[in-house]
Amino acid sequence: MAELNAGSGGGHKKDGKVRAKKQSTRVDMTPMVDLAFLLLTFFVLTSTFSQPKTMEITFPVPPDNPEVEVTRVNGYTFLLTKDDRVFWYFGAFKEVPENGLPATELKEIKFGEDLNKFLLDKNDKVVSEIKALRKRRISKEIDDTTFKRLSIDAKGLKEAAFFIVKADDKAVYKNLIDLIDEFNICNVGKYAVTDIMQSELNLLNKVTTQ
Amino acid sequence: MPKVKMPRSSPSMDMTPMVDLAFLLVTFFILTASFKNPEPVQVLTPSSTSEKLMPENSVLVTVSPDGRVFYTVSGYEVRQKVLMRMAEKYKIKFTNEQIKEFGKMTSIGVSMQNLGKFIDTEPSSREKFPSKGIPMDSTNNQLHDWIQYGWIEGATKYKELKDDAEAAGREMQGEPLRFAIKADGQSNYIVVKEVIKTFTDLKIYRFNLLTNFEKAPTE
Repeated sequence: MAELNAGSGGGHKKDGKVRAKKQSTRVDMTPMVDLAFLLLTFFVLTSTFSQPKTMEITFPVPPDNPEVEVTRVNGYTFLLTKDDRVFWYFGAFKEVPENGLPATELKEIKFGEDLNKFLLDKNDKVVSEIKALRKRRISKEIDDTTFKRLSIDAKGLKEAAFFIVKADDKAVYKNLIDLIDEFNICNVGKYAVTDIMQSELNLLNKVTTQ
Repeated sequence: MPKVKMPRSSPSMDMTPMVDLAFLLVTFFILTASFKNPEPVQVLTPSSTSEKLMPENSVLVTVSPDGRVFYTVSGYEVRQKVLMRMAEKYKIKFTNEQIKEFGKMTSIGVSMQNLGKFIDTEPSSREKFPSKGIPMDSTNNQLHDWIQYGWIEGATKYKELKDDAEAAGREMQGEPLRFAIKADGQSNYIVVKEVIKTFTDLKIYRFNLLTNFEKAPTE
């Protein structure tokens, strides 16, 4: 209680004069404080937790003539499919053995730690580069903006691995986001999301129905 | 031995500064908070480690788990102008009241043909309105037009604001128009791909995918 107003009767004094009751000007503020804090809590909780975040992504500009579709990809292709499964293969897609190289085989990889390790391993040049940069930033050798610029340069390194993401019609959107997110975590700068080819789809169907 | 007398002070204390502070904070949070607009569908976005904030000025396409597509663009005036353009294109008449009402609305998920009826529905019962999402197949791609006009009007509005600010010598408030996709984690990738294709057909290649924040693993 803010102030208890006890025992100050203020009533009749000996001389018989009636005096106005001298009341304290203080008001009990407890309920007001309660209300204020209730509102405060409400606004704090609603304003900070409902902030949606976004992931910025740039899609490749389609080539002018799709006929010359690049098949000489020198990178890793991920294929997303149902039940959160991911498959990958390296290099160009070959339906049948070609130039002494075997036909493409799909290898499965699990989301989470496996994928993380895989990406860090394939992207080790960039990862070590960025680690070095981070050390230099911590030791105050370079400032934040320089760090950002250099790490973007590092991600675009010529030797950096290239990743392609394709999904079939049974994949869910979450898989795509998870994969791109994993790219971001592993400092992969060179990736693209493109359409799946019929030959890839056939192989994928064969593998998943086994 | 003499008794040690504790000073008898009242256990109550003056709470006025505390109240002042509490109300100051309440006022601050009320003023800074922007209330979430009621969504036509519940969408659970997947989580990512990205820390970028959602763009304030955007053309937003929402994809529900069952593959329906909703559209909205920020700005009361912008929305009205977009509707006027759409009405012209699809030769559908809207009354001034309907256009005004549309300015206040959030995401819509009905075809142009049903839009009039949807606007006339009471806001409280709009949720029950049978919405099939905005058509976006190749023969009737209304989403394409919505995005295109949203883009034109949004960019015009931004330019106006910028010119005004420059003329008055003030610093520019607000940000340029961006394109965002808010899709449910469980929605089929094909639907999202169609939406993306609609964007890329309009030569929009950069957009934001809305996600929930998740802490990145520490190294």
